[in-house]
Amino acid sequence: MTTEQPGLKESATFDRDTLAEIDRAATTGIYDIRGFGAKRKVPHFDDLLFLGASMSRYPLEGYRETCATDVVLGKRFAKKPLHLDIPVTIAGMSFGALSGPAKEALGRGANAMGTSTTTGDGGMTPEERGHSKTLVYQYLPSRYGMNPNDLRKADAIEIVLGQGAKPGGGGMLMGQKITDRVAAMRTLPKGVDQRSACRHPDWTGPDDLKIKVEELREITDWQIPIFMKVGATRTYYDVKLAVKAGADVIVVDGMQGGTAATQEVFIEHVGIPTLAAIPQAVQALQEMGMHRKVQLIVSGGIRNGADVAKCMAMGADAVSIGTAALVALGCNHQKFSAAYRKLGSAAGFYDDYQEGRCPAGISTQDPELMASFDPVLGGRRLANYLQCIVLEAQTIARACGKSHLHNLEPEDLVALSVEAAAMARVPLAGTQWIPGKSL
Amino acid sequence: MNCFDLNQQSVRELNQALHNLAKATPETAAEKFEVLNARGAHALACGINSSVDVVIKDHVGYYCAGMHQCGNVTVEGNAGVGVAENMMSGVVRVQGNASQAAGATAHGGLLVVEGDAAARCGISLKGADIVVKGNVGHMSCFMAQAGTLVVCGDAGDNLGDSLYEAHIYVQGEVKSLGTACVEKPMRSEHLEALEVLLHRADSDANPLGFKRYGTDRSLYNFHIDNAQL
Repeated sequence: MTTEQPGLKESATFDRDTLAEIDRAATTGIYDIRGFGAKRKVPHFDDLLFLGASMSRYPLEGYRETCATDVVLGKRFAKKPLHLDIPVTIAGMSFGALSGPAKEALGRGANAMGTSTTTGDGGMTPEERGHSKTLVYQYLPSRYGMNPNDLRKADAIEIVLGQGAKPGGGGMLMGQKITDRVAAMRTLPKGVDQRSACRHPDWTGPDDLKIKVEELREITDWQIPIFMKVGATRTYYDVKLAVKAGADVIVVDGMQGGTAATQEVFIEHVGIPTLAAIPQAVQALQEMGMHRKVQLIVSGGIRNGADVAKCMAMGADAVSIGTAALVALGCNHQKFSAAYRKLGSAAGFYDDYQEGRCPAGISTQDPELMASFDPVLGGRRLANYLQCIVLEAQTIARACGKSHLHNLEPEDLVALSVEAAAMARVPLAGTQWIPGKSL
Repeated sequence: MNCFDLNQQSVRELNQALHNLAKATPETAAEKFEVLNARGAHALACGINSSVDVVIKDHVGYYCAGMHQCGNVTVEGNAGVGVAENMMSGVVRVQGNASQAAGATAHGGLLVVEGDAAARCGISLKGADIVVKGNVGHMSCFMAQAGTLVVCGDAGDNLGDSLYEAHIYVQGEVKSLGTACVEKPMRSEHLEALEVLLHRADSDANPLGFKRYGTDRSLYNFHIDNAQL
């Protein structure tokens, strides 16, 4: 047990973090609200390893031979599916939660790499549309800023049923971030602590949702794909119902997925790890004969090319990144250490996105803070990061003998722990044993 | 007059024909459509974006006139869930009753329900006007942000729950008010606004017979104490 001096024994149950939280609760009388995703350690992609080729498998030349990365999303019903150059998309993050320049940078970075960005709660801004070649328009329970004119400008629609950080919970945007423009976009009074609804206002179950999908397709003349995003919980059933409701693409967001503002207790205690959700989703699709016909996008804690490759090997068609993209833009960068300290935080720990005082100018609506953020540089950094993780994923895929990232398969993976083996449904390293399956 | 018989043509063909009007010039866009044999079909006349007049001579299913803009849609029957959901402008008229979530999240325009509207009428309303000549069900105007709901009959439980800045006028009984919804004084400007709205809906109800409800703003911000040691 960590102690300040020998002989002092800290309680494992009531450790210093717990004591601090009790004190904070006793002082304020309100739950802790923060951004970022789950910070607790859960089984994750680090608990998986690839089996590179050797005698029994034939690798591809790592620096020369083709390993394709393109993906087509939404070819089930839409006349115009999305053709992306890389299988890494940018997750939905709202204008309001993020600054305008930060949204611009996401668009620039995604454009440079031939991938898509996604709006968020609060609607589509002209700047966002202008800077994103391929833009997915989120259709959320709040319907803030929901506008048929914007719907027709979108390249795809994402019906949000849940989010990994808070499945079953609605959104929040605290009063500090409700500027005149954000208030006008959301038809809300300035300065209120705005709470987005947790469920859609005009349908109540999967049968209704099927009709809602039909309406959205009719409004957009069946041109663009319809995604459905779920927070990872009962993923097997949710995916089956989403397919039945007519989704072209399903986005499964694990509990490590980020948020702009949610109760800490929600972030850490609701939902399941991304690792556990993927096999459920793939099983559901396979049983319906829809794997690879309805595309699966996985998000929640994707950090590097290995994570991308592991998702693909487990059966995803693409991944989506949010927190990692913000870090690439400069969130939590050491450059802002002094500013983070003034806020009572530190570089690498900052998660109070809801306060709107982000020193990096990313999760803020403060004009001065925003001015410190360069969207062109941010876009370059994001493009560099995306390029890097795709190169990493290709490196692994070639080592496994795959000429396309989509050719990675569960057979390429083993797990380092019994828990990860059970969740990912791949053998424990060095064995043939998958917990729950007979040998 | 364009006549669409849904025994002969599909909903897709109808909606595409209506959407094509938006690409016409303003002079040529104004047209009249009559729709026969709808028989409760869903997503009828949704996504209209022109000054067309559409008369549906039957009952309709879910989301009729969804995301409506500019034109007029009249349903000569009952309407299913979410009629005129997210309407932006124009007029939608239901001559019968409307199911749940009528006018949900509507930003602008006018929705008139000649009969009753079921639960959650005007849920998350964002600026449109809704006039219901009969009764409305429970949780109507839940989280309504802006716009007006006029109920000439009675309102069910939890009217205006978690209300933002929408205005509610009820002529009959209110079974119960939701959290943060309170009765407010009816001043002259409210009477004038109500009279205009009733007139637009072709209602001869007397504004003096209505009560006004709105938010007490008690949910606008979290209450944070400062009981520091």
